[in-house]
Amino acid sequence: MHDSIKESLTMRSTSAKREFRGKFLAMFCTTIIIILVLSLIGFIASKGITIFVSDKVNIIDFLTHSIWSADKTDSQGRPLLGALPMIMGSFSVTFLATIIATPFAIAAAVFMTEISPKLGKKVLQPVIELLVGIPSVVYGFIGVSVVIPFVRNTFGGSGFGILAGTFVLFVMILPTITSMSIDALKAVPRHYREAALAVGATRWQTISRVVLRAGAPGLFTAVVFGMARAFGEALAVQMVIGNAMLLPQNLVSPASTLTSVLTMNMGNTVMGTTANNALWSLALLLLLMSLLFNTVIKYIAKKGTLK
Amino acid sequence: MKKIGLLILSLITVLILTGCGQTKEKTITVVGSSAVQPLAESASEIYSEQNKGVYINVQGGGTGTGLSQIQSGAVDIGNSDLFAQEKKGIDAKQLVDYKICVVGIVPVVNKDLKIKNLTLTQLRKIFAGQITNWQDVGGPNLPITIINRASGSGTRSVFEKSVMNNLETKKSQEQDSSGMVRQIIANTPGSISYLAMPYINSDVKTLKVDGHEATKQNIVDNKWTIWSYEHMYIQKNGDPLAKEFIDFILSKHVQKNVVEKMRYIPISEMNYQKDDHGKTTKIGGK
Repeated sequence: MHDSIKESLTMRSTSAKREFRGKFLAMFCTTIIIILVLSLIGFIASKGITIFVSDKVNIIDFLTHSIWSADKTDSQGRPLLGALPMIMGSFSVTFLATIIATPFAIAAAVFMTEISPKLGKKVLQPVIELLVGIPSVVYGFIGVSVVIPFVRNTFGGSGFGILAGTFVLFVMILPTITSMSIDALKAVPRHYREAALAVGATRWQTISRVVLRAGAPGLFTAVVFGMARAFGEALAVQMVIGNAMLLPQNLVSPASTLTSVLTMNMGNTVMGTTANNALWSLALLLLLMSLLFNTVIKYIAKKGTLK
Repeated sequence: MKKIGLLILSLITVLILTGCGQTKEKTITVVGSSAVQPLAESASEIYSEQNKGVYINVQGGGTGTGLSQIQSGAVDIGNSDLFAQEKKGIDAKQLVDYKICVVGIVPVVNKDLKIKNLTLTQLRKIFAGQITNWQDVGGPNLPITIINRASGSGTRSVFEKSVMNNLETKKSQEQDSSGMVRQIIANTPGSISYLAMPYINSDVKTLKVDGHEATKQNIVDNKWTIWSYEHMYIQKNGDPLAKEFIDFILSKHVQKNVVEKMRYIPISEMNYQKDDHGKTTKIGGK
């Protein structure tokens, strides 16, 4: 017997089918992304630990020694792989650039959210967005042709070094920190400001003691994001830092960063050799650093949400 | 539903169009040393013009990439500045070596430097870091800035082999391309580096070594000793097209019109030869 009512009730409706399809598609894509990320991490990690496992390089030596020369070995036959010059270089340019960029970025953010939102939106915002869009090779090119001669003539040396790297990175991370700081300050509820004004605070008092204080977690996140970007930047830094695997003597002596060593030497090593595996270890170190940055950002966001 | 229909239709169109592309066109890929790249590119253009339907894809990437990619069979030709025996991790027996030309490598300095000639010993001491001021070699009181190529670069290996005599090169600035080296030398007072001859232009000043200039004739007669072969490596049982392309590069026409014009030196003209240990001998009968 044909019961059309029963059938229509037990059959899956078109919309249910559609929902299933949508769910399936979303799940499928998510799975692919997760697999992709996991296999990427797995691949880099497996390659990166080779020099510690098969070449018996001591991980402490790797982090604290300063001679990087995969072809040479020490008295115990282990390759000389000390990444300290690169680690120092990476951290110096990152911290210096962030220290210089942060005051500018926060000042710009305060100007745009508190002092003159109209002018900020019309002029400053487009300029900052434009800065974000400039490819890093262009920054590097400007670095080589403008910053390097400037540093050479003002501070001496050959011009290549941490100082030049800092200047270039400063311009590169400024827009990142600024735009995120703007979001952070915009997120401060309006009634905070109104309350401050109501108790007789001046504009400066409102900004410095209420808005900046309330927006602090967001501002920290912005700064860490800027640092992450500076730490991972390869091309522009490589063009101006000089790429000498030496501990930096001063700010104008040639140095190197983790990323610059990677881009420099990739093409000259053969897959599977110690020299190549050592580069993978540097890549692993970079990956771990960016994981750390991400964790810090998550931590700040969790701790610092406005209650 | 209309949208999905549209999507499927566009997908089918794309598939059909991709199908069109894969007719009888044959492709080979050439990867490796950036010193050979300009030569391989111009040769491939002429070759594709003469042989319709053959496409030769030329890429840089460095000597290490060239050798490891040809070893793993990922490409058809691997370009190298070095003998495969000289590179760690490469099994040279698996590969067939074709020397396609000779290239001279020349020390270059900033244009404003008033120095024309260095002895080989002086050059060695400069790159070893034993001489650090131009004053010590008859120049002005100006510190010497050494610009090196990345360790493992073909050009650097050749330079070290011919000049350094097993002395270690001083750790200093490194650049990963000849173009960058040229630009930095042009802009930095007191800087010194080395470039393959095809990369030399008027932005930099070349030096004589032991009174000899880096001319074609001096290289042919081995009076200029800093030179090396440019190699193309293929796999023993690789695509026959790769061998054909190499034969084309070695043909008289290309050697005369492309190789010479780009300031490489045809193999056939050399009066001396080098082996993979860097030993130089005179070619008999010349």
